[in-house]
Amino acid sequence: MKLFVTVGTQLPFDRMVEAVDRWAADREVEVFAQTGPAQYQPRNIRHQDFVDPATFDREYASADLVVAHAGMGSIFTALELHKPLIIMPRLARFKEHRNDHQRATADRFRQTPGIHIADDEAGLLGLLSNLQALTGPQGEFSPDAQPRLLQAISEFVEDQQRPRRRTRLWRTLRGVR
Amino acid sequence: MATSDLADALGRRPGQPQKRVLAISSSGGHFTQLMRLSVALSGHDVTWVTTNEGYRDKAPPGSFHAVRDASLWDKKGLVVMLAQITKLVLTLRPDVVLSTGAAPGYFAIRVGNAVGARSVWVDSIANAEQMSLSGQRVGRYADLWLTQWEHLAQPDGPHYCGSVL
Repeated sequence: MKLFVTVGTQLPFDRMVEAVDRWAADREVEVFAQTGPAQYQPRNIRHQDFVDPATFDREYASADLVVAHAGMGSIFTALELHKPLIIMPRLARFKEHRNDHQRATADRFRQTPGIHIADDEAGLLGLLSNLQALTGPQGEFSPDAQPRLLQAISEFVEDQQRPRRRTRLWRTLRGVR
Repeated sequence: MATSDLADALGRRPGQPQKRVLAISSSGGHFTQLMRLSVALSGHDVTWVTTNEGYRDKAPPGSFHAVRDASLWDKKGLVVMLAQITKLVLTLRPDVVLSTGAAPGYFAIRVGNAVGARSVWVDSIANAEQMSLSGQRVGRYADLWLTQWEHLAQPDGPHYCGSVL
């Protein structure tokens, strides 16, 4: 069993990393964790603060299960690769993010098969205790946004009528009075 | 619909002039979302910009640039990033700036405004309860100001036009 743990591109998330590290202590699992600028030093798992996108993709693809903060990058990749994913939201009260938007993200995906929500460390350990049962997202996942959004952007880009904002600086640069 | 069919339906229509588009965001989830919009830009001259060189091989067709990564807590990094983006915008002279988020997009839209570029802000789908900080601040400068959450839409913007998911 191979796990990939990721906390995203900016902030540490020690609460999640520590829970996985302690859980992994007496188990036959291979864990690699991308930990961010963490305070906590994992003792039982392989770890690195940041990884480049190619390494991220490789670790993600080769893992049997991914454990991530509730960030959109990790979620999109799970949907694309049909990879079983546990997400745990960062909380503002632990200074893990500016606000609780990751809790809203977790709620948004609570009903999505293959995305498993750990509200806290206990929830995470609960899911890990039965990890053989965790399935991945099913079905085709489009690489594109909703057609309606694409249409709006496409039309905006081509729109000849819509005037550009012409600022004073622009007029100055062009030498127009 | 398959991506190629979408590109035919949504990209540059025959006979329409090709636009220079600057598609820019921070790395991670923001850039993932930005790439999900790429089919709407097919047929145009697109420059992809993010804060991590490692995305060069993943970026959709077009040219690619990486700029300095910086958060709101890293003032020096923000200054370097702003300088790089300013240079890029002045060199590229885009017709349109498109961003899904955070500091790089905010800077590019502000500098873009100064040289007459039109701009689209698509606030990240991660912001379900309120617009991001940069999304709120960029509102008065973006020509098309979008949220991906219907309940956050307002009559004067941000508007809702679907999501990247």
